Amino acid sequence: MKKNLYKIAAAVITPVIAASFLSSCGATASAATNSDTGEKNEKAEKVTLTNVSYDPTRELYAAYNEAFAKHYKEKTGKDIEITQSHGGSGKQALEVANGLEADVVTLALEYDVKEVQKAGLIQEGWLSEFPNDSAPYTSTIVFLVRKGNPKNIHDWDDLIRDDIGIITPNSKTSGGARWNYLAAWAYAQKLYNNDEEQVKDFIKKLFGNVLVLDSGARGATTTFVENGQGDVLLAWENEAYLSLKDAPDEYEIVTPSISILAQPSVAVVDEVVDERGTREAAEEYLNYLYSDEAQRIEGNNYYRPTNPDILKEFGDVFDLNINLVTINDFGGWDEAFAKHFADGGLFDQIYEKE
Amino acid sequence: MKEKSKRVIPGLGLSLGVTITMLSVIVIIPLASLAVFTGRLSFGEFIDVITNKRVLASFEVSFVTAFIASLINAVMGVVLAWVLVRYDFPGRRIIDGMIELPFALPTAVAGISLTALTSDKGWIGRLFDRVGIKIAYTRIGITFALVFVGIPFVVRTVQPVLEKLDGTYEEAAGVMGASRAVIFRRIIFPEIRPAVFTGFGLALGRCIGEYGSVVFIAGNQPYNTEITPLIIMAKLQEYDYGSASAIALIMLIFSFTLLFAVNMIQVRNSKILKGGR
Repeated sequence: MKKNLYKIAAAVITPVIAASFLSSCGATASAATNSDTGEKNEKAEKVTLTNVSYDPTRELYAAYNEAFAKHYKEKTGKDIEITQSHGGSGKQALEVANGLEADVVTLALEYDVKEVQKAGLIQEGWLSEFPNDSAPYTSTIVFLVRKGNPKNIHDWDDLIRDDIGIITPNSKTSGGARWNYLAAWAYAQKLYNNDEEQVKDFIKKLFGNVLVLDSGARGATTTFVENGQGDVLLAWENEAYLSLKDAPDEYEIVTPSISILAQPSVAVVDEVVDERGTREAAEEYLNYLYSDEAQRIEGNNYYRPTNPDILKEFGDVFDLNINLVTINDFGGWDEAFAKHFADGGLFDQIYEKE
Repeated sequence: MKEKSKRVIPGLGLSLGVTITMLSVIVIIPLASLAVFTGRLSFGEFIDVITNKRVLASFEVSFVTAFIASLINAVMGVVLAWVLVRYDFPGRRIIDGMIELPFALPTAVAGISLTALTSDKGWIGRLFDRVGIKIAYTRIGITFALVFVGIPFVVRTVQPVLEKLDGTYEEAAGVMGASRAVIFRRIIFPEIRPAVFTGFGLALGRCIGEYGSVVFIAGNQPYNTEITPLIIMAKLQEYDYGSASAIALIMLIFSFTLLFAVNMIQVRNSKILKGGR
């Protein structure tokens, strides 16, 4: 009997010991990092920042971080090291909201940054903390077509022809792809004078032509470029230019008459910078994105600079005559989201079966 | 007392404790949190979410393709295991090692390369396209990716059983005039059947939840090639934890029931094999 008791006791106690061991491990680990940051603050020689961004900004921030480190050294005499994290915008926002330590976020959508704000990590009013709605660079949605434009695609209304196959990421799984849908909507709205039924019909036809609805922007590019599917890829302008740069003989960019101004938002993660004592560096990091030097880096990476003078320097790259609507024409992100992308919203209705 | 001391392996208490800890930290707590997240929805909302037409269609896509892929795997897996165990040929070890590649390869890489191969511009896809069969961006493509992902489960469960199989029974049957088909059906298959079932069950469980390799090859057309894990990802992208976990919970219950059924069949089989009831 006694032996039996021991066994039961052991069975009960082991998990408890294991649990306490695990938690004490956690405690020492966090204590260690605390003393670590304390030390850094004292020495204050090398500052580290983590920038959590989304997929297509990889090349941009690689170039910008180099320029910024130089600028920061000149200005303050301190070295700075920036760690980048890239992934789908929505996923990245979730990670930060769930505790991934980011000093700054540079995401594809205001809506994603808001999610971090909802987690209590970013204070309200971040949208006006930096110029131009905290969007240092913008982009828009364009068409990438095969060389010579064999299907004669010039504007959105060509996309609803029966002989067209469209490739686009899914606006439900890709935050960036919400701009694609909204751009098409903006065109149809103008075409049909805000008659919502007709607009819905147009969008329905357009998405009826979609051959492959990839889960992310890079996946859609792969489908169009590598696997040769479809006649037209709806893409961010910067992504389209990257594909063009890789294979200039195979593709062409077509800029539609109306598109949307995609404003990727940047923000300082208040909770994290206050805890780590990196606020000054983080703010400088985002501010410098608006400097002439950084604006040119953005232009060179095919993002549209927000400084109008520098944008003009890139007049031979971008079509500056395009009519760009903004998210405010949709009543802001909250309203646009509720109307179009929420469950049962207009985007779902496109695919509803009668 | 006496009965207890007969136990060969000491430390039952300790090992049971470790088992319970591991099980709760790795399996039970995460699963319970799934139920908790689902609990954020009212019952009516829960029903609405899981009976949404698009969600139902995705269940059909996921389960049908996973089932067909696992059936193919069960057959092909046995063939592969048979060849690897029974024949000696140059390069056998390399092929043996390659079976595990689907485990090792990141699923996204597998998905992208399979899509490139099977799209109508790819090496394999081009051939099938000539006879009018499209693989990539159809349910056939999804099944194709799942066969790739699931094959090691069957091979690796059947292989050791085949290796241990005593060849004398087959010889005896052969001497007594049984044809090769009869030998396989009456002697070999009953021995490996439990392993085949286990492999089938494991592959099925894995295939139902597979996301990484399938999203690239599926085309993700709502109602047609949209898999359930993609719908869950879409819900998460909307920060809609409740609906996402509701759908996940249904998948989990389905898979669990299937795996349980497979296990029950297996238990019955092994009882019959042992001659008990």
